Amino acid sequence: MSSTGERSTATVYEQVQASPEFNELRSRLRRFIFPMSAAFLVWYLAYVLLASYAPGFMAIKVFGNINVGLIIGLLQFVTTFVITTVYVRFANKHIDPAAEKLRERIEGAE
Amino acid sequence: MIPVVVAQAPTPPAATAVGSVGLNIAIFLVFVAVTLFFVYRASRTNKTASDYYAAGRAFTGPQNGVAIAGDYLSAASFLGIAGAIALNGYDGFLYSIGFLVAWLVALLLVAEFLRNTGKFTMGDVLAFRMRQRPVRAAAATSTLVVSFFYLLAQMAGAGGLIALLLQIPTSNQLGQGVVIAVVGILMIVYVLVGGMKGTTYVQIIKAVLLIIGAAVMTAWVLGAFGFDLSALLGSAAENSPRGEAVLAPGLQYTNPIDFVSLGLALVLGTAGLPHILMRFYTVPSAKEARRSVVWAIWLIGLFYLFTLVLGYGAAALLPEGTITSATQNSAAPLLAYQLGGELLLGIISAVAFATILAVVAGLTITASASFAHDVYANVIKHGQATPDSEVRVARTTALVIGVVAIAGGIIANGQNIAFLVALAFAVAASANLPTILYSLFWKKFNTTGALFSIYGGLGICIALIIFSPAVSGKPISPATGRSASMIQGVDFHWFPLDNPGLVSIPASFLLGIIGTYIGGRRPAEEGKFAEMEVRAITGAGSEKATAH
Repeated sequence: MSSTGERSTATVYEQVQASPEFNELRSRLRRFIFPMSAAFLVWYLAYVLLASYAPGFMAIKVFGNINVGLIIGLLQFVTTFVITTVYVRFANKHIDPAAEKLRERIEGAE
Repeated sequence: MIPVVVAQAPTPPAATAVGSVGLNIAIFLVFVAVTLFFVYRASRTNKTASDYYAAGRAFTGPQNGVAIAGDYLSAASFLGIAGAIALNGYDGFLYSIGFLVAWLVALLLVAEFLRNTGKFTMGDVLAFRMRQRPVRAAAATSTLVVSFFYLLAQMAGAGGLIALLLQIPTSNQLGQGVVIAVVGILMIVYVLVGGMKGTTYVQIIKAVLLIIGAAVMTAWVLGAFGFDLSALLGSAAENSPRGEAVLAPGLQYTNPIDFVSLGLALVLGTAGLPHILMRFYTVPSAKEARRSVVWAIWLIGLFYLFTLVLGYGAAALLPEGTITSATQNSAAPLLAYQLGGELLLGIISAVAFATILAVVAGLTITASASFAHDVYANVIKHGQATPDSEVRVARTTALVIGVVAIAGGIIANGQNIAFLVALAFAVAASANLPTILYSLFWKKFNTTGALFSIYGGLGICIALIIFSPAVSGKPISPATGRSASMIQGVDFHWFPLDNPGLVSIPASFLLGIIGTYIGGRRPAEEGKFAEMEVRAITGAGSEKATAH
């Protein structure tokens, strides 16, 4: 990005940015990452607020010495693993092929 | 307490007088010898700037993922979290959840886009479409501040470990200082000889040892309770001076707003830590960067599940009263001694020591890269520096940072590790993350906005830390006769929270918006956004791996 020869390629990037394929790819990506980020942040903040303001609720024992707090805490691990796996599948299937096509188009034009 | 859980019954560990010094040193020296061999081998292909900063971008996703885990599972997360759970129960677990969930921010919003648009540093991404010099100077400033806090946190943990590993008590300042200096010099050798590739091998070896060690101990603890988690928790509650309260939140964080503030800093800080961001440049593509994060998430998640068992295991199995606020950082090594005697203690302490060494090496290379690449090459030399001179400056900077780390480590020795790390996360979340997200996703964002969010976030964060109860003014504890604040005997605090995140993170996001509107429209910067956006998503024109 520092070499002088790239000024001429700026138009390639602008062309691609305006293309329907790129717009389709970008909105598909954003429709996944933004809601998913909002969802896990809300879920995490709900957990933090429960632990901070409702320790009594978190201390309720469900079975043996396993209480609500431990279960919700472990569920945070589960959701993190699940979101990771779902995102990788999504990106491999819906993002990578389209991104690669556009990349070849740009690098071929350079 | 469960009557007989361990075959041999060692004498009650007095925190400084267990294990065999000779064995501990021998195990640690084996680690040093093995890592030095890899570092030396790596040095033979350590020629260009891309080699020194980014290991030639030749690591695979899984390799880099293990190295990220090695970088991230610092002494603070291993010793700090296990100790916090052993002492305060559930509240220690809260830390680990924030540290883990934070990785989703890196996975979904940062890692791949950063890999596609940058070269070596965070400053590359921020400066992509901004005026180079002011933005790079700002990025380097916040990189150096975050790395400094993080570095102090790691070195602060060294004292307790030295006491345990070499039986030099924390009261022997000179003896401890000498050991810290030796560790610092070793770290400088790793960085100067091996560059990023050598440092990465150190991280990988350390991560594998740490995770295996923790897994063995976890299985051992669970086995002692017939693989019944409920029985382990019951025994921990029974054996803890605080009883059932260790199973629920509320022991460590008595002020709920304080915990919310900490929680916010933890979850938003990871994706702004410069030494983590730099790791994404060591792989050949965005897809490999994604695989790195996936590996890191699984390893880090599993490891934190282990620390949950280890923390409660220490509470359940160590003689009542062993874990106090003074010995909590030693909970995991003491548990190792209780379970496996001298050999396991030696292995776990050597691994913990290696952890400090490896993480400090990672921080040093990041801070030196940021100074050489952003400040020297682009701010001072206007982008005209030769790669050779840039690497030379980076090596010199690494040497300086190493000396600072040694001095800082001697001064910070004994400070609370988890607290210092939380501050590093708060600064990263305040100064770096808003700026990175705006650069990647907001077309109108401009140089003024970037400077406002970096310097504003940084300034507010540091000011609130200085005037927080963490630095001065906490009441004197009757048990220790000392205030829990960093500075004793004075009280100049007016900000009520230990962690500034709740105020400084939203403030930084807001300042980014205000600065952008003050800066006005800059068509040149907006035009560059097309290139940045297309490159971020497609990977076109991104830096390729160098072949050797």
